[in-house]
Amino acid sequence: MSEEEKRLIVTKIKDGTVIDHIDAGRALYVLKILGITGEEDFTIAVVMNVESKRMGRKDIVKLEKMELRKEQVDEIALIAPNATINIIRNYRVVKKYKVDVPKVIEGLINCINPNCITNQKREPVRSTFLVKSLRPLILICKYCGEEIHHEDIIRQLTGV
Amino acid sequence: MGSLKNRDIISIRELKNDEILDVINVAKDIKKNMKSYRDILKGYILATAFFEPSTRTKLSFQSAMKRLGGSVIDLPPEEASSRAKGENLADTIRMLECYSDIIVIRHKIEGTAKFVSEIANIPIINGGDGTKEHPTQALIDLFTIYEAYGRLDGLTVGVLGDLKYGRAARSFIFGISKFSPEKIYLISPEQLRARKDVLEFLNKKKIFFREKNDYSGILKNLDVLYVTRIQRERFPDPMEYERVRGSYRITKDILKDVKDNFIILHPLPRVDEIDFSVDGTKFAKYFVQAANGVPIRMALLKMILVE
Repeated sequence: MSEEEKRLIVTKIKDGTVIDHIDAGRALYVLKILGITGEEDFTIAVVMNVESKRMGRKDIVKLEKMELRKEQVDEIALIAPNATINIIRNYRVVKKYKVDVPKVIEGLINCINPNCITNQKREPVRSTFLVKSLRPLILICKYCGEEIHHEDIIRQLTGV
Repeated sequence: MGSLKNRDIISIRELKNDEILDVINVAKDIKKNMKSYRDILKGYILATAFFEPSTRTKLSFQSAMKRLGGSVIDLPPEEASSRAKGENLADTIRMLECYSDIIVIRHKIEGTAKFVSEIANIPIINGGDGTKEHPTQALIDLFTIYEAYGRLDGLTVGVLGDLKYGRAARSFIFGISKFSPEKIYLISPEQLRARKDVLEFLNKKKIFFREKNDYSGILKNLDVLYVTRIQRERFPDPMEYERVRGSYRITKDILKDVKDNFIILHPLPRVDEIDFSVDGTKFAKYFVQAANGVPIRMALLKMILVE
């Protein structure tokens, strides 16, 4: 664990996941897409707007006893493309990796062009986006070519 | 050299320059030796599926197929087909695929041609999807320029009209931009400017372009002027339309200072954006352009279906 994190007021978790380097202000969105309401029976720590050498400010989410599925990590990547996932066992980081925005994003978000084929009812087609830019995150509809920007992606994934 | 055999034609952007030039060269030969191509597609069937009105695109594809010795089936209008019973597009295409070797589709829904190309195992040609793409029109435009200049590169081009919603203008800009034009002038009212992705494409290709409100002071620099229709219904205020329409009208009088080999193109149909007085001038190439629809589409059908 980094010096920076040692200074944090939140204690270490024994087993679970730490999602670090979330863009400042987006931790609540991460909780939202993970479906975390606060009613769970395990410890959840949310730290927001803490200093970060790399990012200036960042958010961190710690989830006791919880490990993420690949689809969840993909969704986190769309909300916070800089995030890192730390798997914790017995207070130690046993695995650490950066989230990766998938090259093809299928079925997670809708095209914002109402006239796009993917928005037509009764056609067997899933919305499919390709990555046009990572920073800032811009996706492009594989079918109609419409761009979708990060704010819209977040809004759709979180419903906020 | 790229091959078009069994390829889908969805966007002009997907074609390489040498592929575009191959199509043009085949079209050139077809135009010269039309009769020698008449049995090339004997036994092949083209299906035309037009869900939006069309005169030139549909008829020239049908004519092209017949001139190559092939035959044509046409999806009837909605009220006369199973779509009136609620059949979806995917099922309609699966049916057409069984009855034909290649499908040309036009639909107002954007991305339809791409979607259909994933459903069908036979080649799909995009005959226009919504406001997005019209690749075969762009090939016709480039062919007509090539016939006039013997080249496509290094030209100064003006594109006038509805650059936001007009798919022909959009595909033309993509097409000509592949051949390093000297300059491109995008001439339109403020509310009908080319979309961001078009400007990004021009920037990426490092093409010098300018957006203009009217053609004053530009015409004398142009080698090619591509004119498109400005639709009244694009303007929320009819008064605004009446105010600007004159600025986008080409008459014989304004062509006094143009270059000697200057040409005017228009994908047609026109309403009143090119005055009839221009038709008789040597600059008017839009009827040649319309006629070029057949050889270009013959070339495409031949190259996709046989080689």
